[in-house]
Amino acid sequence: MKRAGHVTAHRHTTPQISVPHRNRPHLPIGYARRYAALVTMSTLAANAPGAAGGGLKDVAASEASLRRFLHGLPGVDQVGLEARAAALGTRSIKTTAKAYAIDLAISMIDLTTLEGADTVGKVRALCTKGRNPDPSDPTAPRVAAICVYPDMVATAKEALKGTGIQVASVATAFPAGRAALPVKLADTADAVAAGADEIDMVIDRGAFLSGRYLDVFNEITAVKEACKRPDGTSAHLKVIFETGELQTYDNVRRASWLAMLAGADFIKTSTGKVAVNATPPVTLLMLEAVRDFRAQTGVQVGVKPAGGIRTTKDAMKYLVMVNETLGDDWLTPHWFRFGASSLLNDLLMQRQKLTTGRYSGPDYVTVD
Amino acid sequence: MAKNKNAAEPVRKSGLFEYAPAPESPAAAGDIATSYGHFINGEFTDSSGSEALKTVNPATEQVLAEFAQGTDEDVDRAVKAARKAFADWSALPGSERAKYLFRIARIVQERSRELAVLESIDNGKPIKETRDFDLPMVAAHFFYYAGWADKLDFAGFGAAPKPLGVAGQVIPWNFPLMMLAWKIAPALATGNTVVLKPAETTPLTALRFAEICRQAGLPKGVVNIVTGDGRTGAALTAHPDVNKVAFTGSTPVGRAIAKQLAGTRKKLSLELGGKAANIVFDDAPIDQAVEGIVNGIFFNQGHVCCAGSRLLVQESIQDELLDALKRRMATLRVGDPLDKNTDIGAINSAAQLARITELTAHGEAEGAERWSPECELPSTGYWFRPTLFTGVSQAHRIAQEEVFGPVLSVLTFRTPAEALEKANNTPFGLSAGIWTEKGSRILWMADRLKAGVVWANTFNKFDPTSPFGGYKESGYGREGGRHGLEAYLDV
Amino acid sequence: MSDLSTRLDTPARIQVFKTYKLYVGGKFPRSESGRVYEVTDAKGQWLANAPLGTRKDTRDAVLAARAAVKGWSGTTAYNRGQVLYRVAEMLQGRREQFAAEVAAAEGLGGKKAGALVDQAIDRWVWYAGWTDKVAQIAGAANPVAGPFFNLSVPEPTGVVGIVAPQTGYGHSFLGLVSVLAPVIATGNTAVVAAAADAPLPALSLGEVLATSDVPGGVVNVISGRTADIAPTLASHQDVNALDLTGAIAADGPGTATALEELAADTLKRVLRPAVDPAAQDWTNAPGTDRLLSFLETKTVWHPMGQ
Repeated sequence: MKRAGHVTAHRHTTPQISVPHRNRPHLPIGYARRYAALVTMSTLAANAPGAAGGGLKDVAASEASLRRFLHGLPGVDQVGLEARAAALGTRSIKTTAKAYAIDLAISMIDLTTLEGADTVGKVRALCTKGRNPDPSDPTAPRVAAICVYPDMVATAKEALKGTGIQVASVATAFPAGRAALPVKLADTADAVAAGADEIDMVIDRGAFLSGRYLDVFNEITAVKEACKRPDGTSAHLKVIFETGELQTYDNVRRASWLAMLAGADFIKTSTGKVAVNATPPVTLLMLEAVRDFRAQTGVQVGVKPAGGIRTTKDAMKYLVMVNETLGDDWLTPHWFRFGASSLLNDLLMQRQKLTTGRYSGPDYVTVD
Repeated sequence: MAKNKNAAEPVRKSGLFEYAPAPESPAAAGDIATSYGHFINGEFTDSSGSEALKTVNPATEQVLAEFAQGTDEDVDRAVKAARKAFADWSALPGSERAKYLFRIARIVQERSRELAVLESIDNGKPIKETRDFDLPMVAAHFFYYAGWADKLDFAGFGAAPKPLGVAGQVIPWNFPLMMLAWKIAPALATGNTVVLKPAETTPLTALRFAEICRQAGLPKGVVNIVTGDGRTGAALTAHPDVNKVAFTGSTPVGRAIAKQLAGTRKKLSLELGGKAANIVFDDAPIDQAVEGIVNGIFFNQGHVCCAGSRLLVQESIQDELLDALKRRMATLRVGDPLDKNTDIGAINSAAQLARITELTAHGEAEGAERWSPECELPSTGYWFRPTLFTGVSQAHRIAQEEVFGPVLSVLTFRTPAEALEKANNTPFGLSAGIWTEKGSRILWMADRLKAGVVWANTFNKFDPTSPFGGYKESGYGREGGRHGLEAYLDV
Repeated sequence: MSDLSTRLDTPARIQVFKTYKLYVGGKFPRSESGRVYEVTDAKGQWLANAPLGTRKDTRDAVLAARAAVKGWSGTTAYNRGQVLYRVAEMLQGRREQFAAEVAAAEGLGGKKAGALVDQAIDRWVWYAGWTDKVAQIAGAANPVAGPFFNLSVPEPTGVVGIVAPQTGYGHSFLGLVSVLAPVIATGNTAVVAAAADAPLPALSLGEVLATSDVPGGVVNVISGRTADIAPTLASHQDVNALDLTGAIAADGPGTATALEELAADTLKRVLRPAVDPAAQDWTNAPGTDRLLSFLETKTVWHPMGQ
């Protein structure tokens, strides 16, 4: 766990964000202590930017070493974690803080439509909404990305040209992930070729739950490879755990480390397609994981809670968690996203309330 | 008086996401009178003496109200009123006593915002805690003991256990209304009547509670509140017609009361000081342990008798744990108790601040290494930064004496046996904490710790159903749970 | 026009009659049979029509009760106590209505009926206080001879079928509350076969429960022939326990013995009726028997070691 010579590495391709070291103590935590013989973190860190590179071979050299690593992570006490998330949820965000947080939240939204009934018209309308969320108020910020299925990427890309809004595509047989690897890779490559800036992949929960961690790891590295473009750049990879299916917090912590070790640029809670999606405790746990990962490796990874976040009040709670767990470094759309659809209009109504002093209503925001 | 503006400014670190002030309105505390007498026999009455004390808002140093210094004569009047009320109250069927207590519980719930704000103003503790902890606990305690009032036959003390008579109760300033509830609820449920003296720095919620007794229609004289300082307390505990003394406070005062009561027939229960070990093993759930350590020592500004003031950490994880703890401490928000985002409020009094300052200075002088996060403190009021001492050994005063403030002493150990030995190596024995994912170790440690309450993978948890109290010089008798009834029954 | 309604209204105007309905899963359905039966007062005068609940209604009620078990038994004992106390609060406000129903059902004067309702309210308070205490008298830390932590805790049995009291002083309401409240206080859910001849207080109680924060399905009330409803409960595979207090039929499928035999098939816990149910005085102090009858004891072992 030497820190000497560490360079904070960014997996982000565009744009480059500088990460100033904060004044707060931010020192490495010895999660490696129980597998110290297996992996040298300095090696890992040095190789981390090229995520699938040789530095990972120590941890992921075998099923056994990977399992030992993941099972050596400290346990998560469910009651304590949930109590902490609930306590952060009681922060009272008012006036100027609320105005800041609402605009920040809007700018962090991956505005999403992932329906079998999606059409070109629907996706275009959503893109219009994303670039100009509140027609009555041009000061409302744009969303971070539009998130669609691969076959809608080209449509979205076209509609968003010149806006700076990213096009995110789910891939890898989303949402179940139940397809052969070549199909998943083709799905990914197709989305990248169509112009996707970001790929939201799902892990194989069946493999994870049956303990085949190395399969999950290898699949992530393969998808990461498929994210590469001919010009040498890469689409940005978000890895979805479907935490509602992983069930335990210990599993979520293990999945987080597994994905980060395999080169994830973002870790994401959920597809939004199962009964339990993003929750504050699960997200808090993932925030702690990216915090600890950076402390050990120097590599910063983003977090995206998705599904079930519908109100401004919910969004505030998540931003408070980011603020108090990670601080300024993650308080940008480059490192934190909301996967959401109906959230945007609630944020806009609250924004109108702050601007006008009157409560708004659903007739005063657009439906797209 | 109620319009008292709290001058304390919220203290913020720089950052992108600054929380704007979110102050609770002081007006929600309701009207605070300029001066208060005692509540005796269902009425507010003047003291027989002329001496008045002042209670101040510790966050602003502004005087909130004057209140009477209870004289021997005041105490005598209150005890007489309680004695007179005892006959009817103890003869009332338990099911009827229960309904009075249920009423009190409900009115506390209804008026909880008012009481929470009043408590924050008078005590200095953050509104977050009075709102989310103190007041819900107060109501829950009355609910729980209300239910016992008609079930004493089933409590394990034989058929129809008898009350003791008049209870003289002296409570501290750290959880004023909650301590009142812990004292009054079991006393009334078992058929006793009470004379209660709140602490001289925090009398206001007890006086407001008197109004609640009236709203509940509680018979006159069943609850009497006499205010004043230690002299009033001594007069109460010494009163010959008091059958039961219950005291929560410092060990020296508890010792003095025990001496005072020697040779009398008065039943005594004492809940005194502590120097709890919070023991973290290398296989602990680290993030939750850090929260537990923070909650253990910084909850209520560390004004908690069972605070986890000695952190015993396994040497192999000392560095990483302390790094994580410091990082977490840096996010604690110290400032205006009425701001809903304040984590650590004001120290309750100038005297307590002086004691904390003195003991921490001594800690440095003894060679322990002191650390506090950077945080600005308001210019008026009584404040103390959350503070960590490393390199502490058992021989240091800060490892032995109760600081009763936001000050954590960190010691290390190598094996469970050593942790146990150090944890028990104190005249106190109120509480202890254990952090490990290994269940059998938790139970092995819990079995051997000489402490009245042992928390495992949590800390500072309270519930009306759960007995609380200490071993050794932390006192005797238990409050809460079925066991809490015994202190008020002739068994 | 019934006694019940004249007491509640002036003769000068035509009053509004209440349609009594079943209480199942937090809703107030009519019987799936579409049938009702006449309920009369002690003198034989018509009071109201009550739904003639069927086997299928009973089955629906068991489904609702089962669905409610997880939530209700998972609620903290403190919260259950608050909810039961809320029932008492809500009943207090409807005291006169219940007094009228009890007077009509049992042929009592207003004062006596009112006193019975008062006691029923107090009984809810009594059981509200038990929710967070029953484990403290029924549980134990066991000093086993070895390095083990050993703890016994009571847990609710599950779905309890209750044949409500049909006789005894105060049976129509105080009796009903006396058998129902202890069942739900400990976290069980209940299907009540209301007293066939005096179902109105039981059906009205459903209206109180529905507005007292008692989750839907925790209590279900079916009126009708005991001989239809009770055997359905006794033989239902998803009912865990039976309270046969009101199983007083002299012969046929509604006898306590017949029901107990049916219950034996799935080894339901059975609380038998009193030896002389008609002599029961429901104003007697309740004790803890009923509270402890529908609990399972779970014992946990755990080693203690470094």
